[in-house]
Amino acid sequence: MEPQHGDRPHLPGPSLYPIGFAVGVACILVGLIVNPKLIAPIGAAIAIVFGFLWARDATMDYRREPEPIEPERGEPPVPDAPPIPAHRGEAAMPEPEPGERFPRSRFLEASTLGLGAVIGGLVTVPVVGFMVVPAFKGQGYPDVDLGPLDNFPEGKWLITTFYMHPEAGNVSRRTAYIRNNGQLNGEPSFTIISNRCAHLGCPVQPNGPVQPADKKQVTPGEKGQKVTLLPTIPAGGFGCPCHGGQYDPEGNRTAGPPVRALDRYEFSIVDGHLVLGKPFSVSHVDGEGKNAKIHKYKLAGPGQHVDGWEQILYPIQPPH
Amino acid sequence: MTAAPTRTRKSPRRQKLEAAVNYPLDWLEERSGLVGGIRYFLFRKVPGDTNWFHTLGSATLTAFLVQAITGVILAMYYQPDPSTAYRSINHITNDLTLGWLVRGMHKWGASVFIILLFFHMARVFLFGAYKYPRELNWIVGVLLLVFGMLEGFTGYLLPWDQTAYWATVVGINLNGTAPILGPFLADFLRGGAEIGGDTLSRFYSLHMLLIPGAIFALIGLHLYLVVRLGVSSPPWSREAAGGGDYPATPPSTNGRSGLTQPTARSGWRRNGGES
Repeated sequence: MEPQHGDRPHLPGPSLYPIGFAVGVACILVGLIVNPKLIAPIGAAIAIVFGFLWARDATMDYRREPEPIEPERGEPPVPDAPPIPAHRGEAAMPEPEPGERFPRSRFLEASTLGLGAVIGGLVTVPVVGFMVVPAFKGQGYPDVDLGPLDNFPEGKWLITTFYMHPEAGNVSRRTAYIRNNGQLNGEPSFTIISNRCAHLGCPVQPNGPVQPADKKQVTPGEKGQKVTLLPTIPAGGFGCPCHGGQYDPEGNRTAGPPVRALDRYEFSIVDGHLVLGKPFSVSHVDGEGKNAKIHKYKLAGPGQHVDGWEQILYPIQPPH
Repeated sequence: MTAAPTRTRKSPRRQKLEAAVNYPLDWLEERSGLVGGIRYFLFRKVPGDTNWFHTLGSATLTAFLVQAITGVILAMYYQPDPSTAYRSINHITNDLTLGWLVRGMHKWGASVFIILLFFHMARVFLFGAYKYPRELNWIVGVLLLVFGMLEGFTGYLLPWDQTAYWATVVGINLNGTAPILGPFLADFLRGGAEIGGDTLSRFYSLHMLLIPGAIFALIGLHLYLVVRLGVSSPPWSREAAGGGDYPATPPSTNGRSGLTQPTARSGWRRNGGES
């Protein structure tokens, strides 16, 4: 059907600018992973250029001189009606000159809103930054002195409780399951498994007897932080009380909802003391004891896959 | 149509009394229009066949106000610090006069609020009251539901006992499993890589300042839309359908599915009390 008078389609014509913009954004995201210094800025430049062109294109109708609108019905408009003043007794604002595309009132409106937005933004940026950024800065895992090696008899599991940040008090108390594996190539070997469940972070418990009679407490560090060593025999591995996740003694998932094996800690030996290092994530462990092959990954939160196709869901981890 | 009965003449004493009562109201009305506004709100037209189900929204609002008031009072005694939070809760519950009651009202009232919210939502859904022109009010209501849930999540940590701590560990880690941004969301909620003192004070601030502020603002918008758009009739309404038992009297709605047209302001005593 032939479009009638004034019945033009309202949809804008197809434009390639959004596609260019999307390519730029995709380039930024890929660049953040591949090469944040080169690829990401190129993507940003593409996105900005195409975004500008897109915005120009999309607002063309608004910036064009408006066409006079024909009244639908009723009396014809009175062309020379005097402008109505805003306040009684005052002269009304003059009509815009013919050909004047940007009247003063619109300038004032835009500048009021624009200035308000600029001031609001200037105030908001540091405030929001203060809310968000400290959560991601200076986060880390300090080395923790767990005491002399003599306290860790070979082949025995110890529920080791220590303070990650002694100055923060009880809230920084952490637990690891530690087993001395004996010597490996002349170096001491330890299995240090975090008690944080790989499902949603509850504390896993040993599936076996605990021997409270042999509990030992040492204060190895300079800050006077306590380390508690409680022997246990987790013959059935470890189990989580919250949602029933089960692990074997090497921390491999055997049943339940966890998505990977239990996290582990790095360790070092300093002056005959066992020193706990950074935690890391483990997809699974082949073998056991000192000959175990640990499939090691950067520390990920509970419930996050580190291997398999699902790892693409968690491409970036916050810095810590 | 019978003429309105003429008022009997008032005694001078009664006239003086009425003037004394009306003076402050008139003073307020002249300077703010508040009295007329409240009258407009209270005496606006609603469909004749509204029923008890329509009171669920007010009930939810009342439950929220109870939460707000008891929460403000609890904040006078609660200490959001890892070493003292649990002790201060114990102090509130066991030592302070009526502390057990106010804390109990806040704790159980939280569940009452959410339950009433869902009942109210079910009423709106089953009555079809979310349809044109009330879609925006449904959206605002869903936002209120989300903020209500966030209140529950942030408030649950504050007693700082084992249940609170581990429930929050699980809740934050659940958020952490969201794709792409999940790990960052979890760190933002914790205020760091691990739960600690910052998490507690952060949840406290969200629980008592940010989220309630947003809820108050959204409730204002919700009520504004209720008054602007009017109350909907129940789906079985014969009145709204324009038939049945109501042919003779002018309907209190305009007959279109309960869309009450807001009448002009009643002009409380604007004409020298003739009204």
